[in-house]
Amino acid sequence: MTVPDIWSPTDAGEVAAAVNDALASGQTLELLGGGSRRRLGRPVDADVLLDLSLISGIVSYQAEELVLVVAPATPLAEIRTELEHKNQHLAFEPPAFGPLWGDTSASGTIGGAIMIGRGGARRLTAGGARDHVLGVKGVNGFGEAFAAGGRVVKNVTGFDLSKLVTGSFGTLCAVTELTLKVLPRPADAATLVIFGLDDEAAVVAMRQALNLLPVQVSSAAHLPAAVAPASTIKAIADPGVAATLLRIEGFGPSVTARLANLKSALADVGPCVTLDAKASATVWSEVSDATFFAAGVAPLWRLSVPPARGAVLGARLAQQLECRHYYDLAGGAIWLETSAADDAHALAIRGALQEVVAGDGHATLMRASDDVRRSTPPFQPLTPVVADLTERVRRNFDPRRIFNPGRMYA
Amino acid sequence: MLMPAANQAQMARRSEFLSALRAIVPGEGVIDDHAALAAYECDGLMAYRQRPLAVVLPESVQQVSRVLAYCHSVGLNVVPRGAGTSLSGGALPLADGIVLGLGKFNRILEIDYDNRCVVVQPCVTNVAVTDAVASEGFYYAPDPSSQIICSIGGNIAENSGGVHCLKYGMTSNNLLGLELVLIDGTIMRLGGKHLDPAALDLLGLVCGSEGLLCVVTEATVRILRTPETQRALLLGFREVESAGACVAAVIAAGVVPAAMEIMDRIAIHAAEAFVHVGYPLDVEALLLIELDGVEEEVDYLIDIVRQIGTQCGSVSTRTSSSEQQRKSFWAGRKAAFPAMGKISPDFYCVDGTIPRRELPHVLRTIGALSASYGLRVANVFHAGDGNLHPLILYDADRAGELERAEELGAAILKLCVEVGGVLTGEHGVGVEKRDLMDVQFKQADLDQQQRLKCAFDDCGLLNPGKVFPRLHRCAEMGRMHVHRGALRFADIERL
Ligand SMILES: Cc1cc2nc3c(=O)[nH]c(=O)nc-3n(C[C@H](O)[C@H](O)[C@H](O)COP(=O)(O)OP(=O)(O)OC[C@H]3O[C@@H](n4cnc5c(N)ncnc54)[C@H](O)[C@@H]3O)c2cc1C
Repeated sequence: MTVPDIWSPTDAGEVAAAVNDALASGQTLELLGGGSRRRLGRPVDADVLLDLSLISGIVSYQAEELVLVVAPATPLAEIRTELEHKNQHLAFEPPAFGPLWGDTSASGTIGGAIMIGRGGARRLTAGGARDHVLGVKGVNGFGEAFAAGGRVVKNVTGFDLSKLVTGSFGTLCAVTELTLKVLPRPADAATLVIFGLDDEAAVVAMRQALNLLPVQVSSAAHLPAAVAPASTIKAIADPGVAATLLRIEGFGPSVTARLANLKSALADVGPCVTLDAKASATVWSEVSDATFFAAGVAPLWRLSVPPARGAVLGARLAQQLECRHYYDLAGGAIWLETSAADDAHALAIRGALQEVVAGDGHATLMRASDDVRRSTPPFQPLTPVVADLTERVRRNFDPRRIFNPGRMYA
Repeated sequence: MLMPAANQAQMARRSEFLSALRAIVPGEGVIDDHAALAAYECDGLMAYRQRPLAVVLPESVQQVSRVLAYCHSVGLNVVPRGAGTSLSGGALPLADGIVLGLGKFNRILEIDYDNRCVVVQPCVTNVAVTDAVASEGFYYAPDPSSQIICSIGGNIAENSGGVHCLKYGMTSNNLLGLELVLIDGTIMRLGGKHLDPAALDLLGLVCGSEGLLCVVTEATVRILRTPETQRALLLGFREVESAGACVAAVIAAGVVPAAMEIMDRIAIHAAEAFVHVGYPLDVEALLLIELDGVEEEVDYLIDIVRQIGTQCGSVSTRTSSSEQQRKSFWAGRKAAFPAMGKISPDFYCVDGTIPRRELPHVLRTIGALSASYGLRVANVFHAGDGNLHPLILYDADRAGELERAEELGAAILKLCVEVGGVLTGEHGVGVEKRDLMDVQFKQADLDQQQRLKCAFDDCGLLNPGKVFPRLHRCAEMGRMHVHRGALRFADIERL
């Protein structure tokens, strides 16, 4: 394979020039921000690396308007620090997946986080990346700079292209600016850990916590006995048994009251401990970033299903495959690390998914070798009608398929 | 506002269309009687009226699919319609097109507490979702003021909001799945009960697309636990500026109330005269703040917000201590629209969003515009998210007043965009704001939106004449104009 050229535009105008150059010369582009999420999706074989890492920096931050405008390559760490000064945060808790490929150096850029479009554990109640993107600017595959959305928190003017661009893995346009909704950071947090539940009982307990009690749990996850010991929080790791985690966030008096309600309602379920705000933050970033699986190279999947079906599917997969798994989103997300296989066990996993939830869910291959990700579709194959429409939508952004060709579908 | 000229050739084929449509939707499902069509001639934007060629009321998704496929094959325009409460003319019929009424899709299909969602047909009313789950302590969060009549399908098409949006989101943030039909009759499902799309977020695109992309035939929406406690504060201010500053200070303190509403003097007086709930009449602005959650949280936050109010110069403060009192605080705000009907023969509701910091400037300018157009304006304001609803009072019986009211409305929306805001926060573009789209968007921005229209409906048959000020042929939109030349990047930083 030939080594691609690298183009490094320094502003939005140069990005447009680069795209036009590519169009004129018939070259394809791989879009790159920080690179920490580059190995998600299919490997891209493009003529040119369009390095967007210089399109970086906070453009404006209006804390009282809850609006942050940033260039796409702004490091998430920089954004976090800036928001912390005003006690705010990105409520969807953008995960850092770099560690899954052994890259612990950086948590990546905001552009990368929005392009993969995933939220962390708080996604259950606070919404995903899509729910916090208010506007985008970019250059489409016609070589035109365009803007969509706005810079205010409430807006229904025109089609909601911001949601479409979010999670598009750079296959629609080269993003040059993002406007995000930010929110106050919870003043306090605590996590109730219940020990020793099996998957089914854990999903029931998580549902109970979400449905029956005046507690407003913000996140709910279950780490089976094979995964809990991988936590860096000793209280979770040391017992060596399964741990079910329920997070409560908010103002101090509210957290105290809700935690008491939660404990009394789940008192009979199993032995518990409570984690303070600091330990809570640590374990929920482990859950969000799947760091329990950071050490390995084995294939890693993330399945999205109706929460109440999670345990049924998880149990079936555990029986069928040699694997380790845990649940996030109250059972609605299953992280699954399998043994190596030519297809990363795609056939078995997608087959079980189909049997348990029919079309209501999907399985995404989050880690595998380049070869495997080339031959096995990392994204769930779509039904023919949805695939057709998806392709028509993509083509109406990028008719010559110059952006990240093949990143989502071959 | 000009609608596209009716296609006379299509009008001439009316009886042919009618018999074909009757073959798909038998019985009373096709309405062509002139008098009966009158019931469909407008939506909530009542200044615009047009009888459609016919109204078709399908009962099943298969019928919807066959009707659309037929319209596609003969090039017949289609205007989808829910409850017809759109305030932007989204459901305004076309003389040379049918109205596809979803009225018969009015069943709740499934209540799933385990996955915290409800599956409904599109013409279930917004409030019916909450009513169906209230006994189990759940509710559906988006709550447009029209919620007792507007439909979930209409809410999805408009991405409707309500007073609780800041904390709980708009329709799109509470929508999990859809069944929909494309103009060529293709039926498909997007999303479901799981979170996050498998690939491109088409669900997110369809929500808010104002009936231009597809017809929604089923929706899965998220339900939430009803908060244990709700309490409200009513703060009066001598200046609107201070009320605005108070909203900003509440947010800066890290509090996201369930609702924050501001009313100005005209709105306060009209509402008080209408419902007599004891609103203070000697203030320029009234700020209604609602807090919800567990009791301990609400009590704690009420104190914080009250203190912030005092610091911001509130001259009257009332705190609800009972459910009845909380409802009385809301009664005036909720009656704001009918109250206008008492003090003016007609009113026109404008809907723009601004960055909140611009509130004093915007309200001052609206005051000046109001004086120069000679029309009174009352302001109600979803203050938490900057969504302004100036209510322009006019008398349609006086020659030229409706046109003046519309011009004033347009001037206010331009002002919203000028200060960094947008044309519509929740009511949609429709026909009403169509010709203002150029104020907010450049041609390339609108082109990119229209290309998506082409991806769904390349003949432009679904709801034409809405949202886009100009219609381009899809072939034209897909053409490339590459600026061949510079190749500025071709020879730098080669590895
Ligand atoms: C008194 C009053 C108060 C209001 N308050 C609010 C408010 O607080 N917040 C707010 O956001 N809005 C408000 N509205 C506006 C209006 O109620 C909403 O826009 C509502 O969502 C429209 O729903 P509908 O069923 O009446 O839709 P319709 O008016 O019938 O249609 C609206 C649009 O949706 C399309 N459509 C309808 N059904 C479908 C379907 N199944 N598939 C595809 N397209 C479809 C139509 O083509 C049209 O473009 C208010 C209106 C009134 C009259």
